[in-house]
Amino acid sequence: MTGSLSRDVILTIIVSAILIWIMPLMIATYTLTVLVIYGMLGLSLGLIWGFGGILCFGQAAFFGLGAYTYAIAAINIGESTVPIILAVLVPAVFAALLGAMMFYGRLTDVYLGVITLVVTLILFKFMNSTAGPQYVIGKARMGGFNGIPGFQTLNVPGDPDAYIWGDAYFYVCAVALAIVFVLVSALLRSSFGRIAVGIRENETRIALMGYDVRARKTVLFAVGAAIAGLAGALFANWGEIVTPNLFSLSQSAEIIIWCIVGGLGTRLGPILGAAGLAYLKFLLGQQSMIDNTLIMGLILVLFVLFLPRGIVPALASLWRISFGRRPLGRIHQVRRTRNRERTGG
Amino acid sequence: MAEIVLETHALTMRFGGVTAADNVNFKLRARELRCLIGPNGAGKSTFFKCVTGLQTPTEGQVFMRGHETTHWMPHQIASLGVGIKMQTPSVMDNLNVFENIWLAARRFYPSDEAGRKTTEMIERLALGPIARSTLGQLAHGERQRVELGLVAVADPWLVLLDEPAAGMSAEDVERMTGIIRELNKTAAIVIVEHDMQFIRSIAEQVTVFHQGAVLMEDHVDRVMADPQVRNVYLGKKA
Repeated sequence: MTGSLSRDVILTIIVSAILIWIMPLMIATYTLTVLVIYGMLGLSLGLIWGFGGILCFGQAAFFGLGAYTYAIAAINIGESTVPIILAVLVPAVFAALLGAMMFYGRLTDVYLGVITLVVTLILFKFMNSTAGPQYVIGKARMGGFNGIPGFQTLNVPGDPDAYIWGDAYFYVCAVALAIVFVLVSALLRSSFGRIAVGIRENETRIALMGYDVRARKTVLFAVGAAIAGLAGALFANWGEIVTPNLFSLSQSAEIIIWCIVGGLGTRLGPILGAAGLAYLKFLLGQQSMIDNTLIMGLILVLFVLFLPRGIVPALASLWRISFGRRPLGRIHQVRRTRNRERTGG
Repeated sequence: MAEIVLETHALTMRFGGVTAADNVNFKLRARELRCLIGPNGAGKSTFFKCVTGLQTPTEGQVFMRGHETTHWMPHQIASLGVGIKMQTPSVMDNLNVFENIWLAARRFYPSDEAGRKTTEMIERLALGPIARSTLGQLAHGERQRVELGLVAVADPWLVLLDEPAAGMSAEDVERMTGIIRELNKTAAIVIVEHDMQFIRSIAEQVTVFHQGAVLMEDHVDRVMADPQVRNVYLGKKA
């Protein structure tokens, strides 16, 4: 990454302000809100997978956990500020425990994927089986397959009767995403972020330098879960109901596809991938000619075949080729010195 | 006599029925340079891995500056100020030279100081023109040099190098020798090596491994002249 953080922040503010102003002119804010939320969910996996090398098949688990935590806490507390905070903390703590178990157990690669996938499935099965009246947390019934409806939605902090909904809610979500994006940028510029990238590149080398890889991966995993949890809470507010489908396999798989299509190892890619594909799915859902999972599958296959690094890296290199300053490569430098030698000066 | 910085007591490593390292007693003093040689399968690399924490020995103990480090993880050993370089270049391929060395420096220094140390190290290793190239684009010799640089930038007092000269051109080896001598002014160094020419050029004390055990330990000239060592290397019966 080049440039300074303050430049990054200013750029983020300008770009997001423009988008927040323009996008509602083209797409209904109700739809936009969920696209923004998915963008945040995409970013959460993009952070831990693209920069930390942790392929988590269960990012949906933290998303769902955030949503459920919010719903249950909102019913019990009757306002939204504390539930939002809990919806960030609970998934983060859960991920820290799960992550510690996996990373200190030296699980890597595919085993990590298997464990996170299974955890998601367990939560899915469990939430589905909580229909009975004995499954109650405080005043909130878990509701099993039907989920939890009718909880307090987002309100102005300190005033439970001042609901934030409709257009206002879109602005809240969009600003939240911009803030998370800036925080993620700051994290990646910090020593912690740079070392995380080092871990992605070569775990053994980083360990031989004297860094505790296990602890660092656990922390990063928890940070990713916190972001996913926040996205879950925002999603619960948007849908005004939480159901076990949040934990479903297709939800988990979709997050991974967003990251691949958008571009791993970039901050913007997973957000664009998420919003773009979710919008496409929304459009495809309005027609009945062709099944939309078929199209999604086709897109994924095409991307893996032709743009394996994703949209954003491809666009970035296109930009660099067309407009960028051409940095003198080593070959050019060598040639230059040779020419100089030949001309004798 | 200088302080003993690395010591093993009856270090033994078995893999099933194979004893890869057998009752190795080893002592290294501060600022000493020691080469470990021996034919393939002699137990040099196993010994190296046990010392660096990459493997846990079946029996015996490892001490570093008085700490027992037998069951420590590699990152704990490295945190003591021990620089480790493994046989194959182990670097971060998608990061540039500066970032690679900076990450090593950052472990022991705050961010700005690490940046300064990194710039210094890049100058010392004459890596300036390629400082912003990613490691994946570099030649083998350059990658080895970068890895040595990221070991050196942390100012270690003990450096463990597994075959640093492997696969390098004569010119690269010469440069590497210079860097190692420079390092040796402040650190004790253990080099596992095959390349006899390289050993002749750099070593004083040499430890010869054979079938998991220490065969002899002496000055390089006497080791090279020893008929038993020659037979081990040439595979004849003594």
